[in-house]
Amino acid sequence: MKFRGRVWKFGDNIDTDAIIPARYLATSDSAALAQHCMEDANPEFIRQMKRGDIILAGENFGCGSSREHAPIAIKAAGISCVVAKSFARIFYRNAFNMGLPIFESSKLWSLAEEGQVIVVDADVGVITIVGSRRKPVEINAIPEFMQELIESGGLISHLAKKYKEMNN
Amino acid sequence: MTITEKILASHAGIKEVKPGMLINAKIDIALGNDITAPIAIQEFQKAGGSKVFDKNKVVLIPDHFTPNKDINSAQQCKALRDFAKEQDITHYYEVGRMGIEHVLLPEEGIVLPGDLVIGADSHTCTYGALAAFSTGVGSTDLAAAMLTGELWFKAPETMKIILHGNMREWVSGKDLILAIIGRIGVDGALYKAMEFFGEAIKKLTMADRFTIANMAIEAGAKNGIFAFDEVSRSYVEKRAKREYAIYESDHDASYCEVMELNVSEIEPQVAFPHLPSNVRGITKVGEIHIDQALIGSCTNGRIEDLRIAAKVLKGRTVAPYVRLIIIPATQEIYRQAIEEGLVEIFLSANAAISTPTCGACLGGHMGVLAEGERAIATTNRNFVGRMGHPKSEIYLSNPAVAAASAILGRIASPDEL
Ligand code: SF4
Repeated sequence: MKFRGRVWKFGDNIDTDAIIPARYLATSDSAALAQHCMEDANPEFIRQMKRGDIILAGENFGCGSSREHAPIAIKAAGISCVVAKSFARIFYRNAFNMGLPIFESSKLWSLAEEGQVIVVDADVGVITIVGSRRKPVEINAIPEFMQELIESGGLISHLAKKYKEMNN
Repeated sequence: MTITEKILASHAGIKEVKPGMLINAKIDIALGNDITAPIAIQEFQKAGGSKVFDKNKVVLIPDHFTPNKDINSAQQCKALRDFAKEQDITHYYEVGRMGIEHVLLPEEGIVLPGDLVIGADSHTCTYGALAAFSTGVGSTDLAAAMLTGELWFKAPETMKIILHGNMREWVSGKDLILAIIGRIGVDGALYKAMEFFGEAIKKLTMADRFTIANMAIEAGAKNGIFAFDEVSRSYVEKRAKREYAIYESDHDASYCEVMELNVSEIEPQVAFPHLPSNVRGITKVGEIHIDQALIGSCTNGRIEDLRIAAKVLKGRTVAPYVRLIIIPATQEIYRQAIEEGLVEIFLSANAAISTPTCGACLGGHMGVLAEGERAIATTNRNFVGRMGHPKSEIYLSNPAVAAASAILGRIASPDEL
């Protein structure tokens, strides 16, 4: 599993309200949520981002409420993965359970600049900055069973698939 | 490896687990209650589930809004009951047999040492007192566990907490964990396992250990855990109906942090509104009048807690205009409290005694606070609005302080009686 995309940088403590403001939560339609993704943190983001782009954030990304709308909005906006110095605990689980791959790296934030293209290799566990001579940054690789989960679009659809197989 | 890493590794079928690793592990017990399980049941059905992975390993407890508080809660409990019936769940406990989940499961021998337990309730970490790995998850995770008997985890780092010395009079496990949270803050152990060590641990009763593990989540921890010893052995031996495994941390296990605490320096602690970390020693509390005192919950609703409360309340009565509500955590504890004459003492002290329920702890029913009211409670959370009106206040303490406060009408130590 590899992700290649332009970097969008955000700071520390980006909370779930910055990811998807509570005023838009009347819907759980993912496309509708995606239109307001990161709106309060950077209003230009959703207009200028392209499919496959990558969010690079500081400490404690996704803190605040336990709402699953936050990873759903990011995923539906077309972000391929999120790299942050650290994630809020509940966001971490929700992200994988909704099928959004996320990676922890304390180093990348100060090395990569906004707009640079990076390649995240989830199999080996490294991130390279395209065009940079720096050594790749190490991250925890995503084991196969978790890659399957992401590819099926999240925990419940993954389970539905697995459950079917179990009963066949 | 630490005990947490060993339990995770064995349940994932791998040799070694390191902090930060993502693993897929087998679940021994999956727990849900009347608030979280109905959502999980829906997700379970959405995923095409028709049968739970093992009817002996899914535990469903209607304890939060029971006996049914209103029509909504009745509907939720019914959803839980219908599912339990349909799936022929072994460990479903109806009102009248029911107790607060985190007290009931160890008491019934459902959770045993070495187990990997998940529960759709944040205080699932309580079972760490039994040398088990247990942690709170969301309803979707519970659905997944009910379906396949497995769940993914990110292995936590472990923080070593060493407790030295001897506890003073009126000091209990509650005061130790409050003092720890006061020191490290509500995010002091974020993501981490808290493993408790030291000679002070050996003298702690199981009740004290459950209280400490229960509140690990209040420091942000994923789990809290104690090593298996003689105290846990004698608790488990008479309850276990199946085999269990004992894991121990290696001497060279690695810890991300070490914290030491001399318990002889700790006096009874009170957590001021609105965070469990906002603690002061009882002698530094000042004059704080209360409207209600609550003794109960998964933190301090055990028989040991009721005995301490009775010791303080014996021959005394609750202050005028103050309500003292006592909630034994399980039917068994309730019965014991009657047999030991504790209920008699509570009644003579003018306390209200309730059937087991979470009720007042989460501001659900059985003791909700009005605007401007103040309560002292033996529970685990004093967040804004937790027990009622957003402008009410909760002070957390041990049962001895809660009982003394009920008598004097202000937050007080039993020494002031
Ligand atoms: S007693 Fe309180 S903290 Fe414990 S499970 Fe019930 S509501 Fe949660």
